[in-house]
Amino acid sequence: MENNLKKVDIIFEIDEKQSPLAILEKTVKRPADEIILDLIDSGLKGRGGAGFPTGLKWKFTRNEDSEVKYVICNADEGEPGTFKDREIIDRVPEKIFAGMAICGFVIGAKEGYIYLRGEYNFLLKNLQKKLDEFNAGMKKTGIDFTIYIKSGSGAYVCGEESALFESMEGKRGEPRNKPPYPTVAGYNSKPTVINNVETLVYTTMICHMGPERFKALGTKDSRGSKVFSVSGDTPISGIYELELGMPLNEFVDGFGDGDTKAVQVGGASGHCVPRKKFNDTIIGFEGIPTGGSMMIFNSSRSMYNVLHDYLEFFTEESCGQCTPCRVGCQQLLKGIEAVKRGERPPAYLDDLKKLTATMKIAAKCGLGQSVGNPFNSIIDNFREEIIY
Amino acid sequence: MSTTEVLVKELVEKNGKTRNSLMPVLQGIVHNEHFLSEEALLCVARELDLSAADVYGTASFYTFLDTVPRGKNIVRVCKTITCHMKGKDEIIKALGNALKIKVGETTNDKKFTLLTANCLGWCHKGPVMLVNDDIYPDLTTQKALEIIEEYAKDVK
Ligand SMILES: Cc1cc2nc3c(=O)[nH]c(=O)nc-3n(C[C@H](O)[C@H](O)[C@H](O)COP(=O)(O)O)c2cc1C
Ligand code: SF4
Ligand code: FES
Repeated sequence: MENNLKKVDIIFEIDEKQSPLAILEKTVKRPADEIILDLIDSGLKGRGGAGFPTGLKWKFTRNEDSEVKYVICNADEGEPGTFKDREIIDRVPEKIFAGMAICGFVIGAKEGYIYLRGEYNFLLKNLQKKLDEFNAGMKKTGIDFTIYIKSGSGAYVCGEESALFESMEGKRGEPRNKPPYPTVAGYNSKPTVINNVETLVYTTMICHMGPERFKALGTKDSRGSKVFSVSGDTPISGIYELELGMPLNEFVDGFGDGDTKAVQVGGASGHCVPRKKFNDTIIGFEGIPTGGSMMIFNSSRSMYNVLHDYLEFFTEESCGQCTPCRVGCQQLLKGIEAVKRGERPPAYLDDLKKLTATMKIAAKCGLGQSVGNPFNSIIDNFREEIIY
Repeated sequence: MSTTEVLVKELVEKNGKTRNSLMPVLQGIVHNEHFLSEEALLCVARELDLSAADVYGTASFYTFLDTVPRGKNIVRVCKTITCHMKGKDEIIKALGNALKIKVGETTNDKKFTLLTANCLGWCHKGPVMLVNDDIYPDLTTQKALEIIEEYAKDVK
């Protein structure tokens, strides 16, 4: 990458002089309100997709009056094209633990859980070992917080926070109605902070280096950096920590194979951006936000196949609880197949677009609500590929 | 007591007799017996004091909590978009031919079940498959067949 992409090294940086446990010890000597102010000041927003300001989430949960509260690390990473959390868990688990414990201190929780997707079971042994050491370290230094691991069993929707609580409670992973939000009633119906793996590492690092260094990165609406998972038609697929707010054309210059036709930003539930829009698309909360998934397609790829894959994915992973999503996903899939076979006129695609609008309003959780993102962005930009 | 009953009792003992233990208990059974038999589900319901329908309802929601008999080794090839682009179809075809089964089936000797999975989180190294809990990225048909042979030899 010899271009002007701004590489950053915060997440994976190893500081020999200060271990994550030492950062934790230092941080819990400060007043909790100050830590919250630092996080708010840093501008850190959730890295799991939804982008809620982390400092506020912690503050709301701190303000809840409850004996029992929980901190949960969302390590269910199931969005197609995303693999950065796995790498973070593998390489710098202590930074995740420290972030969870700092959160526990701030909100007044004594227990934390890491919900690790079942597909990552091979990480369990090493993670548990590191965790046992860390838990022992906390005990020794008098920090009253213990972290446990819970495993998933192969359901994408369990990454949705309320479905994740249901799963931890031994139930079907069906998202709950909101409100109440997790900050009020999460795991075991107690006030809960749930954060993405990467978000928790940034909280540790912001406590370590102060909000200034973080704030100096990115743009006004998208502070800091982010770990991107780059895959598809690229000679250099992999994991890269980059400043937020970059224009997509710079990204494509750095990662494309010279023949990039489209980039799917934000995974299957994200948006597909065609070449002609690379110049005016910003990767960040002011443009297209992403949990980190960047899938690159070159001109040899059929966008019909891409959309078909996504719709198959959603049809399979929909929890089936609400009709707009359960039936909607199936009908979208059948619909594009029918148009492709010529059994339906091209104008039928516009009816299907209306269906996604209904799903956006009527579906219960983010899964059904966001199916329209890939659907409309692919239909609008690659209509002829869907029809012929 | 049958071995299944013993196993369930052990798992309940270890994880606690509460509904919150249901997932780890079911996962533990699958780990040992490769699927959840009717006997196992009923036993869990009894031990955790839940209705059998509740236990089955939870189990049937999760892809990795199988309620139909599975082979000793469960092969899951990722079929999502980037692995699709990188040739998962060839991998599935080669494995199917070698094992003489189709996706969703189990070999006669109960050694292998061939399944597909959604994105396994290794898209930069596709195609990729899980065999039980172990991950195999950067597959070629050649490599996939060699891996399966290793598992076939293993008699433990
Ligand atoms: C269908 C669906 C799947 C999700 N999967 C994940 C996931 O795997 N990891 C994650 O961190 N957030 C996931 N989320 C977002 C979570 O609901 C939640 O917003 C997030 O964990 C909050 O953490 P953050 O504020 O640190 O981003 C998912 C949301 C939906 C609707
Ligand atoms: S939108 Fe889909 S995944 Fe979400 S609750 Fe409804 S059916 Fe389940
Ligand atoms: S698409 Fe196969 S691992 Fe992600």
